[in-house]
Amino acid sequence: MSVSAAPPPRASRASRGSFFERLSQSRNGLGLLFMLPAAVFLLCFLTYPLGLGAWLGFTDTMIGRPGIFVGLENYEYLFRDRVFWLSVFNTLFYTAIASILKFALGLWLAIILNENLPFKTFFRAVILLPWVVPTVLSALAFWWIYDSQFSIISWVLMQLGFIDAPINFLGDPWNARFSVIAANVWRGIPFVAISLLAGLQTIPASLHEAAALDGATSWQRFRRITLPLLTPIIAVVMTFSVLFTFTDFQLIYVLTKGGPVNATHLMATLSFQRGIPGGALGEGAAIAVAMVPFLLAAILFSFFGLQRRKWQQGGND
Amino acid sequence: MASVDFVDVRKSFGAHAVIKGVNVHIDDGEFVILVGPSGCGKSTLLRMLAGLEHISGGEIRIGERAVNDVPPKDRDIAMVFQNYALYPHMSVADNMAFSLTLKGASKSEIETKVKPAAEILGLSHLLDRYPRQLSGGQRQRVAMGRAIVRDPQVFLFDEPLSNLDAKLRVSMRTEIKNLHQRLTTTTVYVTHDQIEAMTMADKIVVMQDGRIEQIGAPLELYDRPNNLFVAGFIGSPAMNMLHGRLDPADPQRFVTGDGIALPLAPGHRGTPGTDLVYGARPEAIHLGGAIPMEVIVIEPTGFESQVLGRIGASNVTCVFRERLSVKPGERIDVSIDPAAVHLFDAGTGVRL
Repeated sequence: MSVSAAPPPRASRASRGSFFERLSQSRNGLGLLFMLPAAVFLLCFLTYPLGLGAWLGFTDTMIGRPGIFVGLENYEYLFRDRVFWLSVFNTLFYTAIASILKFALGLWLAIILNENLPFKTFFRAVILLPWVVPTVLSALAFWWIYDSQFSIISWVLMQLGFIDAPINFLGDPWNARFSVIAANVWRGIPFVAISLLAGLQTIPASLHEAAALDGATSWQRFRRITLPLLTPIIAVVMTFSVLFTFTDFQLIYVLTKGGPVNATHLMATLSFQRGIPGGALGEGAAIAVAMVPFLLAAILFSFFGLQRRKWQQGGND
Repeated sequence: MASVDFVDVRKSFGAHAVIKGVNVHIDDGEFVILVGPSGCGKSTLLRMLAGLEHISGGEIRIGERAVNDVPPKDRDIAMVFQNYALYPHMSVADNMAFSLTLKGASKSEIETKVKPAAEILGLSHLLDRYPRQLSGGQRQRVAMGRAIVRDPQVFLFDEPLSNLDAKLRVSMRTEIKNLHQRLTTTTVYVTHDQIEAMTMADKIVVMQDGRIEQIGAPLELYDRPNNLFVAGFIGSPAMNMLHGRLDPADPQRFVTGDGIALPLAPGHRGTPGTDLVYGARPEAIHLGGAIPMEVIVIEPTGFESQVLGRIGASNVTCVFRERLSVKPGERIDVSIDPAAVHLFDAGTGVRL
């Protein structure tokens, strides 16, 4: 070294400087300071509501009346409540069917969009529309499509002579279930399709060419090259898709409000129904808390599904 | 094994023609290298042979069979890609066995084919690894192993060494050539590196701008290049090219634009009065003689010294075996071996 800086004069204890001066030199102190805003934000808007919700589940709070701790009473009540179990069934059914359909149709769409189509960029943009439109707006559109008198589907089928009377889309339990699933699938496909399309584009074309030269048919290329290389992305996308579907609220609330006869009540809508319009905050909170184990299971499933596979791990060099 | 024929093969992307009528015959068992600068169409030609690109015109034959409309999987060819294209989710053994697995071969059959191939390439201890865990050279070998296991009619290589470092490239070059000598499978190899072409090929096809400039054995191209392009492309350091005309007073001499007289062999084909290019390879220039040269840069490599000098106003590269004690800026006298001189027509570029 050509220039040797003089060692900083050893500060005598008296001139040690203020608290802020010492803080500005402390790595840990500064680290904590910088994390503070984010921590406050998380505590206020995530931890507190979650904790409050969990606590409410153990009380008999009503709107306008502070409750007292009642232990597991709410849960015992729900355990014997047929409507609650119906909503659990509805939620699982809704999530399972909608997720499977979204995955199958989304993958199909992604593969089509990955081919060399004319107006490819246009189609890719258009496909995002259902995702971009506010849920309530698209739900209203579906409300009209499913209207018991003015439904365009019924009208078309009647004009074609397939049916004589309009279909009662939202009035019949099973019709209503499949109708809301169809609306959810329509809304959810873009997310799955675009994410999987991004995944498909990370697979080098030369792998497909090599496989073609190795004698693979297009189905074999899909089955043995595309699908295995896509699994990590499928795992992420489907985890998110399942979480979104399981906690769906807006679509149901606008289309059916849980009806007919609770046939489309999901856990989220039932929780709201009991808690806010019904006033039983404690019970509503308990229903919401009851969703946690299911969501946790989905997250754990993806955590293990997402673990880097052996082939993704790098070597030593 | 089979011969390969390109008959007036053409390819265009829309209105843009990239292959403009190519005719090549490749003998059974031959090692042919397509070489040329980037964008000359060599890789496209190879991909057309593989079936990865549509053929716009003409015919490609493998053996006696026209393959224009045969899908890649039925052409019985194996290809080594520039990026190796190993299946990342399969072990080395599975990568090599993939084609056999597709055919539904039995486990023992797969083993009897994969094992010897792995042995030839020194991959036996890596069979359980995944491509991620391999070095560049090892991946390269796996890609070749995948091709060998196929036992195809034709091997195709698309710039297989360009992702390797210089040292590895030299040793893989030898390995590929050795492999071809063992397997004697017809091989078509694409590269932009003329050294690779010179060292490995039985026959070189020099391409430029979608056309073939010359086809021949490596030394044939080196000794008798058809035109200025081939003369400049083949050989490193490149051939020296000096512009000028025949000496009006003595047509056995060549005079450069700035008046330096250079020797020609008797019976040369140059016509007086036309613009000519005088081509002399670096090793055709010798120390001692009547041509003054100013030394600009000396690059000793031990065995020989490469000297960049100036004759008149033209820069000239020479290679001397002798160890030089001159310094840059000094003058030395050199001579040019007239028998090793090439004369080209400056207008058409054709060798005279």
